[in-house]
Amino acid sequence: MIALGFEGSANKIGVGIVTLDGTILSNPRHTYITPPGQGFLPRETAQHHLQHIIPLIKEALKSANVTSIDSIDCLCYTKGPGMGAPLQVSAIVVRILSLLWKKPIVAVNHCVAHIEMGRIVTGAVDPVVLYVSGGNTQVIAYSEGKYRIFGETIDIAVGNCLDRFARVLTLSNDPSPGYNIEQLAKKGGQFIDIPYAVKGMDVSFSGLLSYIEATAVEKLKNNECTPADLCYSLQETVFAMLVEITERAMAHCDKKDVLIVGGVGCNVRLQEMMKIMCSERGGRLFATDDRYCVDNGAMIAYTGLLAYAHGTVTPLEDSTFTQRFRTDEVDAVWRKKNELDTNGNPLM
Amino acid sequence: MGNLHKQLEREKKNNLVCANWSSTQLNKLPSFRVTRVVLKLGFLMENNQNENATSLVLLKQGAEARVFESTFVGKRSVVKERFSKKYRHPTLDSKLTLKRLNAEARCMTKARRLGVLTPVLYAVDPVIHTLTFEFVEGPAVKDVFLDFGLNRVSKEQIDDIATQIGGSIGKLHDGGLIHGDLTTSNMLLRSDNNQLVLIDFGLSFTSSLPEDKAVDLYVLERALISMHSSCGNVMDQILAGYRKSSKQWSSTLNKLALVRQRGRKRTMIG
Repeated sequence: MIALGFEGSANKIGVGIVTLDGTILSNPRHTYITPPGQGFLPRETAQHHLQHIIPLIKEALKSANVTSIDSIDCLCYTKGPGMGAPLQVSAIVVRILSLLWKKPIVAVNHCVAHIEMGRIVTGAVDPVVLYVSGGNTQVIAYSEGKYRIFGETIDIAVGNCLDRFARVLTLSNDPSPGYNIEQLAKKGGQFIDIPYAVKGMDVSFSGLLSYIEATAVEKLKNNECTPADLCYSLQETVFAMLVEITERAMAHCDKKDVLIVGGVGCNVRLQEMMKIMCSERGGRLFATDDRYCVDNGAMIAYTGLLAYAHGTVTPLEDSTFTQRFRTDEVDAVWRKKNELDTNGNPLM
Repeated sequence: MGNLHKQLEREKKNNLVCANWSSTQLNKLPSFRVTRVVLKLGFLMENNQNENATSLVLLKQGAEARVFESTFVGKRSVVKERFSKKYRHPTLDSKLTLKRLNAEARCMTKARRLGVLTPVLYAVDPVIHTLTFEFVEGPAVKDVFLDFGLNRVSKEQIDDIATQIGGSIGKLHDGGLIHGDLTTSNMLLRSDNNQLVLIDFGLSFTSSLPEDKAVDLYVLERALISMHSSCGNVMDQILAGYRKSSKQWSSTLNKLALVRQRGRKRTMIG
């Protein structure tokens, strides 16, 4: 079975082709990069996606050596959550292709796609998942047919917090603001006290962002610290918060392993801290690099194909998109059944 | 051990250490006094541990602390040691460890003053990050609720516990105290009289804002849903108990309705 997947919920547009055992045949993507000091706005991002999606589909089909459309079983797309205008692009493209090629559509939840991609790539069976990106911060674990959210941010996402701080320092958005913060943080040494906000299993980042934005202007003006020190302190503080809530969730659900997914998940320092915590508890850390962590088409294709193999199809008239779509709204049908056999084939 | 007792007796006579501080006594002590007392005790306990390491029996290892059973001046007691987390920056780690240790000591005694049962605090040591308090004999509410699922506990008992939970939280909140980590693992039932005892005040703080109170209740609600869905509407019982004991229940419960709608990416209709 082969699926074609479209992802365009934020500033990346990606097309991926995968098989049911998780083999990625092709996975090209293009990122909308804004000038330093600026974020991406929905309208411009959607225009970017429109410009790139057709070349990306051609590239994906070509490098996957798909010569005949007949070999594709279904078309998968991101239904949400994300920004409305960019989401619309892949939703429309998938409808057109579905009518043109006469292929079924499968709508996919973006967060669940990150989790499933992480599981197949790393081989983690039943981990506590920390999903950290520009739009999401959630601690998730599977229980009774659904991915349940045990902890989450009560305001902005951790990636959003890092991105917005990068704008204050006018760091480059290429390849991503978070990556540039990570590199700069390696040069920092002085630890600056920043508010630490953990509420039970939830976290909050908006207050500490306001604080460090104000402190940055003040301290940099007086030469009390360097931008590197600020990046270092910000990373140490927000990542400590994330590791703490993950550990709380692990204790609460009695699970040993952790899987980190989402764009912020490529951060090596976050992985390092999480690894220390896991080894202290006798568990393992599963993490991936930017090929799989960052939004991509293959994760949508793979998750859609899992659902399709278990009988899920989205009728054309229901192939809508939505900005709000919680992880715990999805029935993980493929996990309820006895999952897949050892060859990765569905047992149904 | 004998030496320690003698020293403690001497200290008691000098009025530096009260083995059985009541919260009011603790509050009457001027703050500089308290620091001195605390440091003295820390020194004693360090000696104690070196001399007589076997007197500590590990009861439980949590994410942030180890809990030991021990004796304190002849009384059965619990020693809770907060240990450092290696993944955290040392500065941040010591700040958080000390902050939570202090919060726990202060808020535990404040809760007692507000009429909520907590273990009696015997000693605080900011140097080796330990609290020593009364040993409470009895099961955690979490286990009682889980037993209900297995038909070992009656519905009346669950209702009684839920009412007590609501009552205790109401008293805390009216006194301006937020627990910060209300889960059923942080509540015990005293075996002899079935009374509810609240523990683990490490994330507690003082506030009289309806927002903080509502979030406190919301944390509990989420913990109940994920852990005890078989117990039915315990939260409704808890809130009924809360309304009876808190004078400011209406502003808190109104806020709770707003807090519930918050979580990100939640579907909004209309």
